[in-house]
This record gives sequence, structure tokens and C-alpha cells, in this order.
Amino acid sequence: MAEVIKSIATLACPSPLPAKDTVLLGHGSGGTLSADLIRDVFLAAFQNPVLDRLDDQAIVTINGSRLAFTTDSFVVKPLFFPGGDIGSLAVHGTINDLAMGGAKPLFLSAAFILEEGLSIDVLRQVVHSMRDAAAAAGVSIVTGDTKVVEKGSGDQLFINTTGIGVVPEGVNLSASQAHPGDVVLLSGPIGDHGIAILAQRAGLEFESCIASDSAALHGLVSDMLAASAEIRCMRDPTRGGMSSSLNEIAASSKVEIELIEDRIPIHDEVRGACEMLGLDPLYVANEGKLIAIVAPERAKDLLSAMRRHPLGREACLIGRVCGAHPGLVTMRTALGTHRIVDMLSGDQLPRIC
Amino acid sequence: MKYLDEYRDGRIARALAGQIADYCTRPWVLMEICGGQTHTIMRYGIDDLLPKGLELVHGPGCPVCVTPLETIDRAIALAMRPDVTLVSYGDMLRVPGSSSDLLRAKAQGADVRIAYSPAEAVRIAASNPERKVVFLAIGFETTAPANAMAAWMAKRQGLRNFSLLVSHVLVPPAIRALLASPENRVQGFIAPGHVCTVMGCGEYETLVREFRVPIVVGGFEPADILQAVLMLVKQLEAGTAILENQYVRSVSYEGNKLARKVVAEVFEVADQKWRGIGSIPKSGLRLREEYAAFEANRVFDLQLITPDEPAECISARVLQGLSKPTDCPAFGFRCTPDNPLGAPMVSSEGACSAYYRYRRHATAV
Repeated sequence: MAEVIKSIATLACPSPLPAKDTVLLGHGSGGTLSADLIRDVFLAAFQNPVLDRLDDQAIVTINGSRLAFTTDSFVVKPLFFPGGDIGSLAVHGTINDLAMGGAKPLFLSAAFILEEGLSIDVLRQVVHSMRDAAAAAGVSIVTGDTKVVEKGSGDQLFINTTGIGVVPEGVNLSASQAHPGDVVLLSGPIGDHGIAILAQRAGLEFESCIASDSAALHGLVSDMLAASAEIRCMRDPTRGGMSSSLNEIAASSKVEIELIEDRIPIHDEVRGACEMLGLDPLYVANEGKLIAIVAPERAKDLLSAMRRHPLGREACLIGRVCGAHPGLVTMRTALGTHRIVDMLSGDQLPRIC
Repeated sequence: MKYLDEYRDGRIARALAGQIADYCTRPWVLMEICGGQTHTIMRYGIDDLLPKGLELVHGPGCPVCVTPLETIDRAIALAMRPDVTLVSYGDMLRVPGSSSDLLRAKAQGADVRIAYSPAEAVRIAASNPERKVVFLAIGFETTAPANAMAAWMAKRQGLRNFSLLVSHVLVPPAIRALLASPENRVQGFIAPGHVCTVMGCGEYETLVREFRVPIVVGGFEPADILQAVLMLVKQLEAGTAILENQYVRSVSYEGNKLARKVVAEVFEVADQKWRGIGSIPKSGLRLREEYAAFEANRVFDLQLITPDEPAECISARVLQGLSKPTDCPAFGFRCTPDNPLGAPMVSSEGACSAYYRYRRHATAV
């Protein structure tokens, strides 16, 4: 036995796999692979000062008006889930990307990629849900497109929405504006959307009463902007979860963001499901939450304003911006120790045991 | 949440750390066997709470890390066959084989599916009789009952399109190999609580007697680990070596008799190769002859060469607790979770991944 152990000092691991030459599912998970793809393929080709900001929306000035402009595609499976469906999600998601730039959303486009064989009833149901979500949010769907692909070339229904909004004067939010001393506000418990979707997928044998948090956040944003102009930036932590959004801000602003573990609100059902599935709620998607980095002296007023809005009732302060480790998100654990909260690498894969 | 919050309570953890500091008068080297325990230590910074000189080294208990390269290569080769559906636990998908991994195979069109339970693979086989369904049955004693159950169910259902690619490892022979090594520094072990939940504690009693080494069966939450460390430190300071059970809320001395029964019915003990460590006698499980029809290596004729594992990665030493991940010159530079040189950087239970994810700011990488 000793010989076995002695002889292995020379044993080692395999060489690295060749450079990533294939699109993997992880390229769409909002983590480091997505960031690499954007940097190496898209930015490399399209580079310009507006795009380079890499915020959730582009802000362009036309005839003196500042317009927010964004697009998003929705491929969620299943199409219908507790708390929403692909239609309401497609409306809320694009509204939220505009709202995170401080814009008032005005108009949306809707493009549909339909798979041959999709039931028209299902399509009608999704479209009615989009109509209702847009009406509730006060936006109009003013243009659109339809394509049909052969059976097997799509998965029932994909939707793309593009949105335009107006940024009010004096509002200037960007992920590059976090300063040491600022604080991090979160509008409510994290992880609901991702777990609601996972619970619906085939092969997972657990029932849950968790509903997606899918919601349009522009009303909450508008109340926050009315309460204080000293908001540095906002993000809605969708795929890749809160950790990915905060890592993007930390990298863009060259600051450290330190979270306080005890302060991060997570529903017990979500915590339980994450424990069981081997997932970390910090990486699970949200569709109706926002993170705001704000000046410390305005935090109290902003939290009060958020808590008065139905979508911010459970808002809380979850961390602060500091300068010690620029580009990193860290966490003060419940034990008082300090650790990194990394960007998601690839997809979050369930543990073996 | 009951059974979680109290074991993650900062006050309880700090009180335990205080007691450890009170009892500890000399340097000691302890090893936690299980990768789940390693991740708790890194994630909660438990080593930062311990007195200087009390060193935690990380054991070989990462099932993904020790699965041999040729098993991964076989899984990929099977997955690439158009008639095969390969079903696996999630974190096996990113583990590098010689030239690819299962995620890439999937991107190239292989039918690779993630399951939380091997029973799901049996269901896929039953409802897709035209597909040959292979379950990648890896892991320690913890996953053995579920994997055994899959073979048992498939046999009872008379399935002819289901097989297991088995690479099962056992903890006690690995501890024995570590203790027998002339390089061994470990003076006390935290044994893996979930392995013992299944198998019970008897085999560890034998190790304690044979090597006069204290072993504490430990859980996976911060207070569990700290309490297990405290129990070990008390023993070492007092010069005793006995088996103790910290994880009493899950582990009984006999283990789970039903689970052990199905494991014994389906599997038998065999020599087993560990990635990064080499072959250890009687340290694995293989399907019994009665289940030969469900053995993927027999069902499929796979002519694969056993690959070499070259170069830079020091996972062999990491998996035996001889080196820390940060001792590796490639750590954090040429080896990251996105571009892993070795399995310990891939799995959520691997020591390198734990260091990279939670602690690299403290190691100036």
C-alpha cells in the first residue's frame, strides 16, 4: 500500500481541454462563459462607446432627448409556471431592463419564433398574457414579427421583445458609478423565479408553492428616483442571480462589494429547495427584484420609499461598497469570517450528494 | 429552518471555536474526509476561526474528483453513440476526460441528461425502449444504495436497455492507504457523516484500533465541523484514540440496514482505481455476476486505451492532504473552474474549487 501511495506523487491531472470552440449551455447562463462570449465575439465585432458600457440598456441621445433602448429574448421552459408565463415574462423583462437605466418605458416590440405544431390556443393564451402585462405596466406593443420553424428546430415558442423608454432629466445610472462607502439595497427575497421554474421541470420530484416573482419594476424605480437622486446604479438580478449582477458592478466600478450574509432575504421554501438540489440562491434567477447601489446618507430615505411600494415591501440593506479588493464581491458570513462570492462559472450543476 | 439555522448560528460557532482554542496546546493536523465538509470549511472560513497550528487538510472524499479518467472517457464514448442516452449526476458533466467532457459531447448532439436520482434513468429506459440508457453510477457509499436500487429495479422490470457504468469507491480503504503512507501527517480524521449514515461506524472502529488514530464521524454544517474538531482536539490532547459520533442526528452505529442490504445484493467489493491516487485494493464496488447484464462495460464493446495523466496538476497530493490547492503553481492562473486542469477544480466538492471560489482573495491570487 505504501508503494502505491509513494508512486503516485508523479500522477497528475489531464491537460486543459482545447480552447472553447463550441457553444455550451453555460454560455447562456449569465456567468463567466457569457461574459467571455460577449467580450470575445460580440464586443469584438460591434464595439462602440454606447455598447461598451455593458449596462442592461443603451442610453442614446436623439434631438436632445435621452432614450433608453434594450432587447431581450425569452426561451423559458415550461411556457406556463406559477406566477407567470413566457408572455408576461417577456414584457416584464424588457421593461425592467429599461427601468434599471432609470427610464420610463413607453413602447415594446414583440417578435415570435413559433415551432410548427404549436397549438394556436397556447399562443393566444401567451399573447393575451402579454397584452395584460403591457396594459398593467402602461406600455404599448407597437410592432412585431412572426417566424415559423420546422418541428424540432425550436422548442414550441421563443419570444423577443425590444423596448424604448425616456430617461428623465438628471437621472444618470450606470454600473461604473459605485464608490467605496456606498451601500447595497435589495428590493426583496431572492431566488423565487429560478426555483419556481426548476420545480416545474420534468424529473424533479418535489412540489413547491413557490411562485415566480415576475413583475415590472419601473413603478418602484420611479418612486425611488423621486426619493433621491443619489442612486449610482441599479440592476435586476435575472439569470446568473444576484452574484452575477454584483460581480458586473464590482468589475465595472473597480470596487469591492461586501455582502452581509445574515441580511440577505431568502424565502424558507427557496432555501429548502436550494439545499435539497445543491444550488446556491445567490446564483438563482429573479424576475422582479432589483439591486441599487446608493449613497450611504440616502439609504434610509430610499429604503422607506421602497418599502411603501408593493414590490419593495421587504427591501433591505444587504452590503456596502469598499475598496480593499477591487473587482471582487465578498461576503461577511454568519460566522464573522470573510469569503468570495464568485461569478457563476458555466451552469450551476447539481451536486452528486 | 430547523436542523440548518442552529448549525449555522454564528454565536454557537464562535463558542465552539473558543473551546477549541482553550483545549488546544500543541499543533495538530486533522483531515476532513468528505468534499462536502471541505466546502463548508472554505465557504464559512472555519479555518480562520481555529487557533494557529491547528491545521485542517482536505481528504479524498470528492466522488467526482477520484473517478478515473478512463471512466469519463468511456462515458463520453458511450454518450456519442447515436443509440445511447447517457444519464448522470450533474457535476460529472464538466469533469475533463482525456480530450472532452460530457457537456461538450452534449453540445455535439450526444443525448446526455442530468438526473437527481438513478431511478429517473430507469424510468427513461422503461419509457424509451428504443434507446440504450446508461447511468454513470459513481460515488462513495452514499450513492451506492440508490445506484444499486436502479440495477435492482431494472432487473425486476426485466429491462434490456438499461445499464450502469460503475465507478464506486469506498472510504475506509482510502483512510487505510493514507495512514499506511510514509508521508502521512494526519493525526485525526473527521469521517464522512453521510457515508456513515448508510454504512454505520463499524469499519472506522477497526481503523481506530489498528492505527491508534482518533476518528470522529462528523456532519456538514459549520457547527458540526467545529464540534468534530473539538472532539478530536480533546482526544489528541488527552492522548486517547477512540471512535466518536458527532453526527448523531443522522448516523447510527449500524447504519441503514435496508440500504446496506440492497448494496450487498447488487454490488461486491473489488480493487478500484482512484483518479489522482492510483489503485487501492478492495476499495471499490462492482456489479455482482447476477447483475452482469446491467454492466455497461459488458453490454458495449468499448476498445479504449487507458489514458495517461500528464503534467502540471498536483491533485494527487491535494487529494491525499499532502498539499494545499494554493501550493499548486497553476492554481488560479492556468487552472480555474472555467478551464480546469484537474477534477478538484471542477466539482462543487473539490478542494481546489472551494479555495478558488471562496478564498482566493486571502491567498493573493
